[in-house]
Amino acid sequence: MGSAGSRTFATGGRVLSQLRHDPRTIVLLLAVPCVLETLLRLIYDRHLLAFDRAGAPLLAIFPLTTVFLVTSVALLRERVSGTLERLLTTPLGRLELLLGYALAFGLLAVLQALVASAVTLGLLGLNVAGPPAMVVLLAVSVALLGMGLGLLASAFARSEFQVVQFMPAIILPQLLLCGLLVPRQLMPAGLHALSDVLPLSYAVDGMHHLTLQSGAGGALWGDVVIVLAFAFGALALGAVTLRRQTP
Amino acid sequence: MRVRRGAIEALKGVSCEIHAGEVTGLFGPSGSGKSTLIRAIAGVQANVAGELSVLGRQPGSAAVRRQLGYMTQAPSVYEDLSVAENLRYFAHITGADTGQMLSRTGLQDQAGQLVRDLSGGQRARVSLAAALLGSPGLLLLDEPTVGLDPLLRRELWGLFRELASEGAALVISSHVLDEARHCDRLILLRDGRMIAALTPEELLERTGTDDMDEAFVRLIEN
Repeated sequence: MGSAGSRTFATGGRVLSQLRHDPRTIVLLLAVPCVLETLLRLIYDRHLLAFDRAGAPLLAIFPLTTVFLVTSVALLRERVSGTLERLLTTPLGRLELLLGYALAFGLLAVLQALVASAVTLGLLGLNVAGPPAMVVLLAVSVALLGMGLGLLASAFARSEFQVVQFMPAIILPQLLLCGLLVPRQLMPAGLHALSDVLPLSYAVDGMHHLTLQSGAGGALWGDVVIVLAFAFGALALGAVTLRRQTP
Repeated sequence: MRVRRGAIEALKGVSCEIHAGEVTGLFGPSGSGKSTLIRAIAGVQANVAGELSVLGRQPGSAAVRRQLGYMTQAPSVYEDLSVAENLRYFAHITGADTGQMLSRTGLQDQAGQLVRDLSGGQRARVSLAAALLGSPGLLLLDEPTVGLDPLLRRELWGLFRELASEGAALVISSHVLDEARHCDRLILLRDGRMIAALTPEELLERTGTDDMDEAFVRLIEN
């Protein structure tokens, strides 16, 4: 009988094998952030300070969108194809299933963050005052958030068409309000208050802290903790939707 | 036992026993409630009223799940994994090993192929192989032989018989009534009602025919 830990690792390995059979998706996941950062660098060629201001938050936005999309589609497939129903009749627990997914997508987020940060900080010369490792940590926290939101979205969709439509509905409002376009303190009071309850705002705040101050200050850690709290909240809500009994 | 699915009552009262060491066949046209009954025993069906005990316990409980092999009607395996990768994963989470499962289900030549590249019948066999892993004490197989060639179908019924003689309880649904001959006990469903629970010999004797299809028709007419 396999232990809980080994079932979690087997699930993570299975999810990674599924990705491995889909090299095109992996290439897109790794290359698109680099291309977009390069584009941004060219756009702001005469305003390098603006590149620093926008380029760093983007590094936190990529894992949110990519992990949201892969999780929502993968979990939707599990629900629709009957594999989830089968899994829930085996000794595999729901928490083990979710941790397995978190392991696989967390690893994917680390890889994406490493490649994107190497290109953005190294080749494109984005100035980050804080430690680059914190960029990766923040990206992985955001990836877990994307996973939680994707898991929730998969519960409310019946087809892949529907589930990808949750992306603009859930991610774009956060993108508009996160402080990337207009600093949050300059927004009307109502919108500022709204941005305070959206997790991406804290991820972008964290990236701003990283660009402005050296060292990993308390404010930065605060942002990471808040993003992780949102992530675990979304994952816990999502776990409730993984019911063993369905109508 | 009754099951409500939305506005309709999918099972309108079923009362039966399933014995270890026997192959119990669930027969009836599509929509008669076969899958609902299997899902209820597997512990994944919501809104089950009445009494249902599986291996002496609550359906879906952790102890039952350790001894259960369940094959859903649609092949529930990962399309973007190879056959061997699918079996390795399901073996790992059920604490079994893949053993001779590939050759037992006639898939030895497809081990490295992705499931999405297989035919419908081959996919069904991968799904069946995953359910058989670890010799579970209770096997719930929803239409395991649909779409398979006659030779393979006969081999699989041989395999089911073998598993029953090793002490497993098998519940197998099918809408091909001719397959009822391979079962020890039959549960006949129609429109969510159980119309009979008997052995194949009793069915033929009671209806005075040796044609299973005809026997079913006569049973309904009477």
